[in-house]
Amino acid sequence: MDPVALMLADSRFPGGGHVHSGGLEEAAARRLVTDEASLRSFLVGRLRTAGALAAAFAAAATGGGPDRAAHHAELDSELDARTPSPAQRAASRTQGRGIARAARRAWPSRALDDLLRVAPRPHHPVVVGLLVADPFEAAQVVAYHAVTGPATAAIRLLGLDPFGVNAVLARLAGELDAVARAAAAHAGTPPADLPAPGSPGLDLLAEAHDRHHREEVRLFVS
Amino acid sequence: MSADHDHDEQGHGHGHGHRVTFDPADAGRDPHEHPDRAHRAVRLGIGGPVGSGKTALTAALCRALAGEVDLAVVTNDIYTTEDADFLRRAGVLDADRIEAVQTGACPHTAIRDDITANLDAVELLEHRFPGLGLVIIESGGDNLTAVFSRGLVDRQVFVVDVAGGDKVPRKGGPGVTTADLLVINKTDLAPMVGADLGVMTADAHRMRDGLPVISQSLVETPDAPLVADWVRAQLRTLATVS
Repeated sequence: MDPVALMLADSRFPGGGHVHSGGLEEAAARRLVTDEASLRSFLVGRLRTAGALAAAFAAAATGGGPDRAAHHAELDSELDARTPSPAQRAASRTQGRGIARAARRAWPSRALDDLLRVAPRPHHPVVVGLLVADPFEAAQVVAYHAVTGPATAAIRLLGLDPFGVNAVLARLAGELDAVARAAAAHAGTPPADLPAPGSPGLDLLAEAHDRHHREEVRLFVS
Repeated sequence: MSADHDHDEQGHGHGHGHRVTFDPADAGRDPHEHPDRAHRAVRLGIGGPVGSGKTALTAALCRALAGEVDLAVVTNDIYTTEDADFLRRAGVLDADRIEAVQTGACPHTAIRDDITANLDAVELLEHRFPGLGLVIIESGGDNLTAVFSRGLVDRQVFVVDVAGGDKVPRKGGPGVTTADLLVINKTDLAPMVGADLGVMTADAHRMRDGLPVISQSLVETPDAPLVADWVRAQLRTLATVS
């Protein structure tokens, strides 16, 4: 695997990922996730919707032809169109900005500078796809992020056994692989034709979480 | 292993300022990659244990310095907007000059290990107030190991309080030993909690090897004049450098 992909997938990469729970905090507050079984269900649902969407866009962002900046800008707005919740759009852009900030120091490139000129807060999957050359690996990284963020948030918020949560993640390997493979097949798909799986439940959780933020700050941004 | 001259344009062999490199292939100079500070505000971190008075000190500094320097504050609260609300209620700053960061973890993760969320808040404030001269980043309450990353702040203050026990400075930890300024707060409480201020101050100086220590009581001096003076001196130094 490309060392860039390994570093991006590492929770120690300083891209601000640890402040996002991907809706898990709101789900835990509503007692929809309380144990390993309900966590697994949440993670599978997230992987097949938000994870699959992000993975397809990350795979598509690895290419781009002669005008990569225009391609990335188009992907960026197409992903907006597929993300109905403003709170989720903001969370994705905050994480994209975070990764881009760290990446500018680690892997400075013309392509990254060009993207940041047209989209100062680019979507997370677009940045990952720009940084990782291989479509399958880029898809793997964002699909993996889609479940590891909520999983570690569950450990912090619910006090779940970290070994148990780790085992839940390990048992998702087959699903992760399938999502990443399906996404990688979209490497050459025109942005407008990329898939648009949705999850109204996650959208509603994200919006509810955002409303709670305005009343009282919670531990996680999303 | 080789020694390469550092911070000196004169070349090698002066017997000072050498850095050690463990890389046998490294023949070059330290590139001295300092981030460009010319177009951004000076960043001051205020950290320390829960209840030591970080927010009260932040409010005092805002009162003391707001007339002299264009300033804003980033708070790192856990679960609540308590600290941000306190600052807003204190009326020391406009509400839009205060940003609260959600840490997603212990505050030390957000001020040291992964500073992205805090940098984002600082840059948001710099964008909102283009002439910003100083951003105070207040950490949420944390333990004695909490220090700010040098990637996030230019200077850092560590606050301990007399009521936390006069043994605290002796216990050390990077906050006590390495912060640019150690503040021993709530000195007015010393007789009530049976703390020996002399021991506390002596230990602090011993642990810090020459770095400054200020003892204060915000009950007696609500505008924290000594700390404000220290901040003014830092602002002058940093303005000269950039």
